[in-house]
Amino acid sequence: MKLTVLSGKGGTGKTTVSVNMALSLSKIQLLDADVEEPNCKYFIGTDFDKEEKIYRKVPKVDQEKCTACRKCVDFCEYNALAMMIDEVLVFPEICHSCGGCKRICPVNAINEVDRELGNLKHGVNKYGIDFWQGELNIGEESSVPVIEELKEKTNPNKNVIIDAQPGTTCPTIEAAADSDYCILVTEPTPFGLSDLKLASELMDELKIPHGVIINRAEEDSDYIIEDFCEERNINILLKIPFIRDFAHLYSNGIPFVIDYPTWKDEFKKVFKEIRGVLDEKDNGN
Amino acid sequence: MKKITVISGKGGTGKTTVVANLAYLAKDLVLADCDVDAPNLHLLLEPKVNKSEIFKSHKIALKDNDKCINCGTCYDVCRFNAVEPISYNIDGYKCEGCGVCVAMCPEDALSLKLLETGNIYQSTTEFGPMIHAHLNVGADNSGKLISEVREKAVEIGNKQDKELILIDGSPGIGCPVISSITGVDLVLFVTEPSKSGFSDLKRVAKVIKHFNIPALAVINKYDINEGISEEIEKYLIEEKIELVGKISFSSDVVDSLRNAKLIVQDDQENRISKELANIWHGIQNRINYN
Repeated sequence: MKLTVLSGKGGTGKTTVSVNMALSLSKIQLLDADVEEPNCKYFIGTDFDKEEKIYRKVPKVDQEKCTACRKCVDFCEYNALAMMIDEVLVFPEICHSCGGCKRICPVNAINEVDRELGNLKHGVNKYGIDFWQGELNIGEESSVPVIEELKEKTNPNKNVIIDAQPGTTCPTIEAAADSDYCILVTEPTPFGLSDLKLASELMDELKIPHGVIINRAEEDSDYIIEDFCEERNINILLKIPFIRDFAHLYSNGIPFVIDYPTWKDEFKKVFKEIRGVLDEKDNGN
Repeated sequence: MKKITVISGKGGTGKTTVVANLAYLAKDLVLADCDVDAPNLHLLLEPKVNKSEIFKSHKIALKDNDKCINCGTCYDVCRFNAVEPISYNIDGYKCEGCGVCVAMCPEDALSLKLLETGNIYQSTTEFGPMIHAHLNVGADNSGKLISEVREKAVEIGNKQDKELILIDGSPGIGCPVISSITGVDLVLFVTEPSKSGFSDLKRVAKVIKHFNIPALAVINKYDINEGISEEIEKYLIEEKIELVGKISFSSDVVDSLRNAKLIVQDDQENRISKELANIWHGIQNRINYN
């Protein structure tokens, strides 16, 4: 089973849910797909045993061959190429690596060279969690290829939990796209509600079964989220209460199930519930 | 006119809350919500929308099935796995609109179509004009929408002779962040004392350094972990980033938020309000100094 944990808004507790859930279950693979700011590592506590660099291709112009015909400059949809008098300049940061300029050049003056985009790192922690993280290099703009490479590491024999980037655009979609189920993490504030609406819209669009976990839950405020979920018929899987000690543990990179092990049972229940939803769906088909 | 973008690296550190409260303290400014992926500033400032425009910048390849001969050239040339095997249908989420398939198709069966990316709103708040946007779910190219929001805010600021533009940025270090800091005079980091908050701050601060933009910082909820707060303070000194203030952890902030109110407006005697007022003084000093 492949589960993606996501949220419209950042800082709602995706990593908290991913890590605590991973620690509560067995045969788990955890993928940190929040490649702009990967943080699971602080909570998982593992030394990395493997690193793979990720490269992408960017054009390099052979000025000897170039006839300054401008065809590449006109072709590029991202304005990553520009004409300076009679020389083509390349802006590799904004290049999407589509390879079009190389194909379009009538005199074969464009070659492609590798540019490092990010890396993947692997480790197994002391509880046996098989952990991979993707990381985007600073100054690079495009997370998606890193997430694609990271997902290649998916082990089909394990229960896979993917910690996605917040939002509803390409990086989040790339992480969630072929998941069996998505957990939307939110908090009982107007911000949390507004961003949950966007995330659930995305789920409807992608047609992925999903449920909600309310983080920093407080009895007299949870209605903000509960009313919405009831109206949309979205299952609330769990509420993680607002406890200052949880926040403190988080700040030190300690998953709260370590200090409060009874919470493992709560995450096991959530997992069982998700499995039930998926089984029912399979039987229905 | 000074342009300041508020960013954090990590989400949920309190950017929007800080921006909205600073808007009250600044009284007369232009606001821009460049977190188009998850815009929230409007929830606190309740702007009146005067003008809404559709923004198109997102292209995808479109196939004419009558012309297609199923040769598979598009599948072979696409670097984004946006062409499905066998059917050769285009996956709109994966397509980045590069136009390679369009150029290579031997039957001229493909074309690039410009799609709606979202809406841009020109609005009015109690504290001045505000530019914000709505990004269509699943739309690509939020960077261009962000640039448009930022540029519109600058245009209005110039026209109305405002002294300050305050921009609510987005989390992360990638394309949206880079779009929201382009051409600004100052960056204000809102960070929190957690291992992940600190790590994310360091990553985004490197991006800012790369673009050579002066930066200030606020540590929000600093008393959640005073040890890490001290580490952050040391780091800020090393990096020559001025700490303009620290904000205590208080449930009053969340309570104001739930009532869609600004704490500085609602309860001026509150400790948090005083801390925010000090931060505003620090920013003003820095603006005047520059």
